[in-house]
Amino acid sequence: MSVPEWKHFEHGADIGVYGSGTTVAEAFIQAAQALTAVITNPDAVAATIKIEIECEAPDLELLFVDWLNALIYEMAIRNMLFSRFEMELEASHLHAFVWGEKLDQNKHQPAVEVKGATYTALKVSQDKDDIWYAQTVVDV
Amino acid sequence: MDLNLFKQENNYTWRIEPTGQMRVPAIIYADESLMREMDLKVYEQITNVATLPGIVKAAYAMPDAHWGYGFPIGGVAVFDPEQDGVVSAGGVGFDISCGVRTLHTGLTYLDIERVKEGLATQLYNDVPAGMGSTGNIRLNHQQMDAMLKGGAHWAVTNGYGNNEDLLRIEEQGCMPGADPSQVSDKAKHRQRDEMGTLGSGNHYLEVQHVTEIYDPKVAEAFALKQGDAVLSIHCGSRGLGHQIGTEFLRSMAISASQYGIDLPDRELACAPIHSTVGQSYLGAMRAAINCALANRQIITHLARGAFSRILPQAALTLLYDVSHNTCKEEAHTIDGNKRRLYVHRKGATRAFGPGHVDIPESLRSIGQPVLIGGTMGTASYILTGTVEGEQRAFSSACHGAGRAMSRRQAKKRWYGHQLVEELAARGIVIRSPSLRGVAEEAPGAYKDVSAVVDAADQAGLARKVARLEPMICIKG
Repeated sequence: MSVPEWKHFEHGADIGVYGSGTTVAEAFIQAAQALTAVITNPDAVAATIKIEIECEAPDLELLFVDWLNALIYEMAIRNMLFSRFEMELEASHLHAFVWGEKLDQNKHQPAVEVKGATYTALKVSQDKDDIWYAQTVVDV
Repeated sequence: MDLNLFKQENNYTWRIEPTGQMRVPAIIYADESLMREMDLKVYEQITNVATLPGIVKAAYAMPDAHWGYGFPIGGVAVFDPEQDGVVSAGGVGFDISCGVRTLHTGLTYLDIERVKEGLATQLYNDVPAGMGSTGNIRLNHQQMDAMLKGGAHWAVTNGYGNNEDLLRIEEQGCMPGADPSQVSDKAKHRQRDEMGTLGSGNHYLEVQHVTEIYDPKVAEAFALKQGDAVLSIHCGSRGLGHQIGTEFLRSMAISASQYGIDLPDRELACAPIHSTVGQSYLGAMRAAINCALANRQIITHLARGAFSRILPQAALTLLYDVSHNTCKEEAHTIDGNKRRLYVHRKGATRAFGPGHVDIPESLRSIGQPVLIGGTMGTASYILTGTVEGEQRAFSSACHGAGRAMSRRQAKKRWYGHQLVEELAARGIVIRSPSLRGVAEEAPGAYKDVSAVVDAADQAGLARKVARLEPMICIKG
């Protein structure tokens, strides 16, 4: 497996987002790219507007869902897409800066909007090679 | 699925006896072929639902059931508040009160056919669809709360539609018990620009024509004739519902252990009906139902405007409006005793049989119209509720075709522009802001809606009345 990486995985009605990396933060960032890729090609999203995000949760899995839901919320109210992410993560608190641009129908051709991150197939863990991965299904 | 997992009661009823933590049996209504193709996850999820506190009789899955989150899509579960029953945010889902509304147009297939392209363009221009699309209505704080209290009633009062519309909507267009103060500022903010928008994914607005009548007597009562053109709208509570689902899923997942609820899957997040969290969710969820009803009412108004510009003789009147992601308090008779129960329908439609007091008076002797949305390339169906449906699954039926293939698979298999051309060759005009979105919603990615509807009919959940085929589809 190459690290860091993001990918999608199958879910009957919706779609799974997956990110991996050498740290939890890197895995979360990769999964955020996968989230953008549910909607459009992340390479087509310019990183021009900067937003700050903070989340706190009782455990890492809930923190991961909170992170995705914070991005979904910011996308919805700002009508934006995100493509660049920086994150500091300690225990179960994260502080991130994310960059993106306003949604452009012609440029981005959004396939679908994401309603929310679910707890289905939710996992934040380390594999045998100490690679962190974070995954869950998002409802579209 | 391996059919050995089930006890087959008849051709359309498959039972799982309670084992382990299950409090009640689980029952799936489907034919053998649908059962074989059904995802094993449906088995896992429906048996998980059967473990929840206060569940009554059984956990049910409809013929269109597929892997959902927590509950299967096509899941029905009923809870008794006096038996520590729960309300589950996962059991309702993110798109609270997503539903289908069908309207007569007063026109025929031929009337539409003459102006099909122009009408499609007008509808596409007038009804905002797709991610990031915004409506023309901006609600201030007070107006937002009034909308969340009033639902379609609020919309009609504000000039979107007429009082006759309300008679043909569940709860007559206004869900009682909505509490806007339980809806977060974030949820309201997310809704600010989304009133009167269709959304994306499987949501659509279709002009359809009636291609077959199965029950002439009921069809007459529903004012449906072969060759009639109708309009169907499929959408829900938009960003407001999504945010309420997100927030309560989290708070219920965290609070479950405090209430001594052992969740087999975090997604089944729930709280006792008689708890602070449970009551708070019910107040917010009912407000989201009103948001969905108001939204479909506004879209109806926009569609009427579009029709009037192209076909001034059109008269769009409501056949009915059903919701399929809800938890509703209903009276049901169990062993001869009438009880107030909380009915979760996740991707399932209410289907009251003849005589039920909640059916509009003009249709009460017939049964409730049950609207089953298909895909943009196949068919949709209109059914009617049955008396025996009450015993089958608390008067519930399927809600659509149900996906058979993931979006990822569909995207690899089809190209949006090819699909649009293929459908055009069959006389179906597609308008969508996203070709990838069209590919992900390819008709071939769904189960055979006719098989699903036949199973619902044969299982006695609802009876087939009419078949509709698409002519124009505005896809979000």
